[in-house]
Amino acid sequence: METVFTPWASLAGGVLIGLASILLMLSLGRIMGATGVLAGLFQPRDGADFQWRAALLAGMVTGPVVVWLATGAMPAVEVPISTAALVLGGILVGIGVTYGSGCTSGHGVCGMARLSPRSIAATVTFMIFTGVTVFVARHVIGG
Amino acid sequence: MKLISTYLIGLVFGVGISISGMANPDKVLNFFDVAGTWDPSLIFVMGGALVTTFVGYRIVLGRKEPLFEGRFSLPTARTIDARLIGGSALFGVGWGIAGFCPGGALPALGTGRWEVFAFTAALVVGILIAKFIQSIGASRAQTAS
Repeated sequence: METVFTPWASLAGGVLIGLASILLMLSLGRIMGATGVLAGLFQPRDGADFQWRAALLAGMVTGPVVVWLATGAMPAVEVPISTAALVLGGILVGIGVTYGSGCTSGHGVCGMARLSPRSIAATVTFMIFTGVTVFVARHVIGG
Repeated sequence: MKLISTYLIGLVFGVGISISGMANPDKVLNFFDVAGTWDPSLIFVMGGALVTTFVGYRIVLGRKEPLFEGRFSLPTARTIDARLIGGSALFGVGWGIAGFCPGGALPALGTGRWEVFAFTAALVVGILIAKFIQSIGASRAQTAS
């Protein structure tokens, strides 16, 4: 389904994502990577390690609620694929980000901002594979 | 104090993801669908986040230490290996199928939509599968040596 081009909202959202990344580095000295934050919850080093991850995650989850309170509308979540595809995609993402040591936030934003060669290589790789997968799913298999 | 500030940082991230469109698989998949219903919005997300973080990191990482910890915890790995590239490729395939990345899905849990919970549950299963395989590999390597 077509979606509306939203350059300003997307730019503002991007700046906030960047701001959060900066503040987490300033306060805890940590990379704002969703993969790392989530994975660490399952094997935290100690209680304090678990606590900051849980607090960050709780803040993230409150985000849409605050947007809802401010605008009267929940952020749109439109899933144009089957539940089976959603679950398959989720499992592949989970395995991939664990072996790849990061995702869009960790490699694509924080690592790229540090000009880390590993993050640049990872980001280029997943952007290419995502694009190819979408093309195949929509225009080869689906087309 | 530390936990409250961490919570608020998560909130800034969650609001950013929410208004950016990254929490919406339809919009994410359209960004990659250049040959179809292309929506270039997400280039503004990546651009805005990257430029902001690039500038902010220059200032923050110039400090001796973060505010609440004794040192910066920065990744130390340097080598670009098959594990990094293969994992990232697999992540790309999954992202291209589902339209959610972890950073998009975690805040989207707050919308209460069951699809987000289904994806996140699968994501966690994937992480645990990979960690299990890695732990078998690690224990085999130990036995061998």
